[in-house]
Amino acid sequence: MRSVAPPSRSSLLMAPALAWLAALMVVPCALVLALAFFRRGIYGGIEYTFTLENFGLVFDPLYVGIFLNSARIAGTATLIAVVIGYAAAYAISAAPRRWQPMFLFFAVLPFWSNYLIRTYAWIVLLNREGLITQLLRWFGYTGEPPSMLYTEGAVIAGLVYNYLPFVILACYAPLSRLNPELAEASRDLGASAATTFRRIILPLTAPGIAAGAVFVFVLSIGNFVTPALLGGGRFQMIGNLVYDQFLTANDWPFGAALAMALIAIMLLVLMAQALAANRASGRTTQAGGDTDG
Amino acid sequence: MSPSFARTFGMRTILVLVFAFLYIPIAVLVALSFNEGGLPTAWSGFSLKWYATLASNSAILSAALNTLIVALVSTAIATLLGTLLAIGIEMRRQYGKGLEALIFAPMIIPDIVLAIALLSFFSMLNLTMGLHTIILAHVVFNLAFVCSVVRARLKSFDWSIVEASADLGASALTTFRRVTLPVIAPAVIAGALLAFTLSVDEFIIAFFTAGAGRASTTLPMQIYAMIRFGITPEINALATIVMAVSITALTLSQRLNRGIIGQ
Repeated sequence: MRSVAPPSRSSLLMAPALAWLAALMVVPCALVLALAFFRRGIYGGIEYTFTLENFGLVFDPLYVGIFLNSARIAGTATLIAVVIGYAAAYAISAAPRRWQPMFLFFAVLPFWSNYLIRTYAWIVLLNREGLITQLLRWFGYTGEPPSMLYTEGAVIAGLVYNYLPFVILACYAPLSRLNPELAEASRDLGASAATTFRRIILPLTAPGIAAGAVFVFVLSIGNFVTPALLGGGRFQMIGNLVYDQFLTANDWPFGAALAMALIAIMLLVLMAQALAANRASGRTTQAGGDTDG
Repeated sequence: MSPSFARTFGMRTILVLVFAFLYIPIAVLVALSFNEGGLPTAWSGFSLKWYATLASNSAILSAALNTLIVALVSTAIATLLGTLLAIGIEMRRQYGKGLEALIFAPMIIPDIVLAIALLSFFSMLNLTMGLHTIILAHVVFNLAFVCSVVRARLKSFDWSIVEASADLGASALTTFRRVTLPVIAPAVIAGALLAFTLSVDEFIIAFFTAGAGRASTTLPMQIYAMIRFGITPEINALATIVMAVSITALTLSQRLNRGIIGQ
């Protein structure tokens, strides 16, 4: 039982942190939203006249192209990360119980090291004289070193590498809770292993897949470090575009509008996931409600 | 070959491949940092000389010091505010979804968005930017993480013992010090370690809120500048040290948290 504390004391405890968040997160974000409705000054400053031009510019084919490109790169990275991450989580959940925490720990460990360094590790691997070129030479390849760095593939590899541990964690949770008797029952009733997987295991673990996928997609689409380092600036994504508007092009109002568009995409993805989860929870309680019993 | 053998074999292959994918890039980096010749192409013997070069690189040393200042101060503030926030929330019987979203937001807002928001905000206030603005910014996400770690601990907290302590005549402060704090201490330390690591590793927000000039360059900013320049054995050595520090701090944090779950 929770005691009823005087609300005043609880508010007092929360006040400093909430004030901090209000002053240094809510107000600045509201400011960016407001900035998006102003005009860029002639010398790069801000002219305080209301305009919708910046949002119009977001829909310019040039920028729509960059949005689509970002979505495609983020989507591909998400798909690959989910396939690898699900397979890994499945293999971990199939391992002996006492080994599972250790496998999980080591799957997540790289995630705890610096993002820049993890990305840099791929520069070391993929550059013209990197490990992969060395391996090819070792196998007798004598031609020009393949150019792997500064390609779209390198950007996708970097994103998958950086966010894979989270997908493994997200998929492992429902897989480890899966009642093995369900799969057994399905097979006893004559279903093949593939059918059992598709009709029983996959639907019951879908929430984990969705959570992992949303995480990778949202973080990838707003990413600017990976495209800058592994794409060599040749593969612009929304994050790079926002960066440019603020630090090089000096068009803050347009940068603000781009940032708002990014937030809008993120919120849409999160809402879609929440909606799907809501709908699915109705179904899974029917299909798997007794799994714990 | 029985199907169960094939299955076990398949599962093992997946594990080996995934762990190879996760660890080979890091292992190559660490190995090269000890490579005497410094070339990524050939191994010429074990050496610590690149670590010695680091120790005499004044730009890196001052960046490391800046990072330490930012991480320590922002962690201290965030731990205090985040812990109080967690206690305040969990004390209440109910709270609105708005409050939940406000506390969750710093963890999911893309770094680039918070970065430009704070840059616009600070420059609108005509604030001179430097280490202090990075600290202000880092507290935002750090306090959210500390709060979520401490809240997880408080979920199983028996609030009636707080009431009992008050009934027995203890002041609110004594109750906090003698009853609440000992229970949540492992979570507070775990949250602080998490915040410290996040702050040490954070690049984008620091990059935007550091202001002009090299005086407030942090380690990740220094690493970013070096990486853009190319691969050097020095970065490999620096990267190895930074990785070792974050992994140690987070393993410790995880341990403390596991202790909580185990109880």
